[in-house]
Amino acid sequence: MKRVYLDHIAATPLAPGVLEAMLPYFREQYGNPQSFHRHGQAAAAAVALAREKVARLVWASPEEILFTSSGTESNNLALKGLALAHRTKGNHLVLSAVEHPSVLNAAKSLEKSGFTTTLVPVDRDALLDPAEVGKAIRKETVLVSVMLANSEVGTVEPVSDIAKVAKSKGVLVHTDAVAAVGNMPVDVRALGVDALSLAGDQFYGPKGSAALFVRKGVRLLPQVDGGIQEGGRRGGTENVPAVVGMGEAAELAAAAMPERGPLMAALRDRLIDGLLRSVDHVLLSGSRERRLPHQASFFVRFVEGEAMLLSLDLKGFAASSGSACTSKALKASHVHLAMGFDHATAQGSLVFSLLDTTSTEDIEALVAAFPPVVDRLRKMSPLYTEFLQEKKP
Amino acid sequence: MIYTEKVMDHFANPRNVGTLPDADGVGQVGNPVCGDMMTFYIKVKEGKLDDIKFQTFGCGAAIAVSSMVSEMAKGRALDEAMAITNEKVAEELGGLPKNKMHCSNLGADALHLAIKNYRDRAAGGTEKVAVGGEHDHEAEEEGEAVEGREKTGACPYCEGPLEGLEKLCECRHCHTDLAECPSCGLYTKAGEPACTHCGTKLPPEAAS
Repeated sequence: MKRVYLDHIAATPLAPGVLEAMLPYFREQYGNPQSFHRHGQAAAAAVALAREKVARLVWASPEEILFTSSGTESNNLALKGLALAHRTKGNHLVLSAVEHPSVLNAAKSLEKSGFTTTLVPVDRDALLDPAEVGKAIRKETVLVSVMLANSEVGTVEPVSDIAKVAKSKGVLVHTDAVAAVGNMPVDVRALGVDALSLAGDQFYGPKGSAALFVRKGVRLLPQVDGGIQEGGRRGGTENVPAVVGMGEAAELAAAAMPERGPLMAALRDRLIDGLLRSVDHVLLSGSRERRLPHQASFFVRFVEGEAMLLSLDLKGFAASSGSACTSKALKASHVHLAMGFDHATAQGSLVFSLLDTTSTEDIEALVAAFPPVVDRLRKMSPLYTEFLQEKKP
Repeated sequence: MIYTEKVMDHFANPRNVGTLPDADGVGQVGNPVCGDMMTFYIKVKEGKLDDIKFQTFGCGAAIAVSSMVSEMAKGRALDEAMAITNEKVAEELGGLPKNKMHCSNLGADALHLAIKNYRDRAAGGTEKVAVGGEHDHEAEEEGEAVEGREKTGACPYCEGPLEGLEKLCECRHCHTDLAECPSCGLYTKAGEPACTHCGTKLPPEAAS
């Protein structure tokens, strides 16, 4: 059976050439970039080159890029590093209600040392209103953090407008752009942000590779204390192979994006239209217009997400869901609840995210395989039976 | 896979799915907030479960559990069916992940409620459906702290120990005592021989 992988937001395979670029730094070029001998200097040169490539992907300067181990670490460093460095100014944070747990929980951790947080609500498409963000800003606000794109529902937030509002009030802005960078054009200057998180494993680089952009001149307190690596802002020996791999993947993504972006978006639309047409009582989750090019997510009424995932997996399709049953804690997604959906609807969450290798045939096969999966589960569902009975005159 | 082959078999080919319009008893448990809803329909003949049908809204484990319960109970005397326990269902399925154990509780509960409904009707009751087993995870999360009591046990979600816990909460919804796991911060029911969410055995000293 052909297997079709549609879970980009969980993990991507390495782009061709990325592993080959990394391999020398495990064996021949194993030096520590901080050493003065040739072994060290070769590794340092490789890290510097990777920094340039990652900087180019988001239109930053190389010295504004800090390497970290994950998007989660980048978000933690941004929230804690910026908030604590500007503590004399105030102790208030403004976040959106749909942020990734690494942002929400970093803020919770800051609350233990005297910070307070305001969560800005979103609309039914998970979109933020810049004016609402502006209203949440107070005299003692030090940081606004809003994600650029939400991987769970695909919505791309108006970050540049939000940054304008925040800047006019003299507040720093961070954006979690992990789901966006490498998949859609991202320009840190056009966005007008002071910090931006990105991760290599979202654009066909290795796991364990990520970065934080911090605009030149913005103060940040290190959260991993140690040596002088990363300009003293993140201690610890550089993960040279991962950094090199992310650099390579960044270069490839930047080159491929102009052509790949529209192709991915067209495939995504084919999937969205196909599923909405072939099955009743299915809703697109997130904004149709402001959407990640590789993400198509839905609420399928009267059925539960995990049961759909298992059924699709048996037919060769890998997808994901934000349903309560697929979460370890058995809780509905905070994103779906913030959008105003009830628990029963949120239980029907189903998320597809495309790879650059996803073909039209793959999408057609999924659109054909999907209706019987839903039919079977609906026939078992007491909620669907109830719905049919209520519909009868 | 997170599930055993037996679970996947019952999920992919569930036995006894459907409804019985002229059922002698109907039992319904769960709500969409906790993730699963199950409805069991039974026909009783000469004190035995002549036919059973179920409908389930929920995850793979919930569907497999319902199917297994229906298979285990079909043809049995009512008292035998009442003796089917959550542990037996999970055991027959070759085990369930810890955080899915609460699904097995729902399956047996729904069947038992259907039998209760049959018995109530036989005694002159007019209820068409026996409903039960609802609880609200959100309310549990928001439970208010009660100071100075100690509980032990294991967290059903991360299996972290709950020993030496001083913080105890009461669910605003069902007034159950809940203990907070120091590892993952989630709540589990305290004071029971086994966790009501997940079936994890708790040390006897935890019972109060």
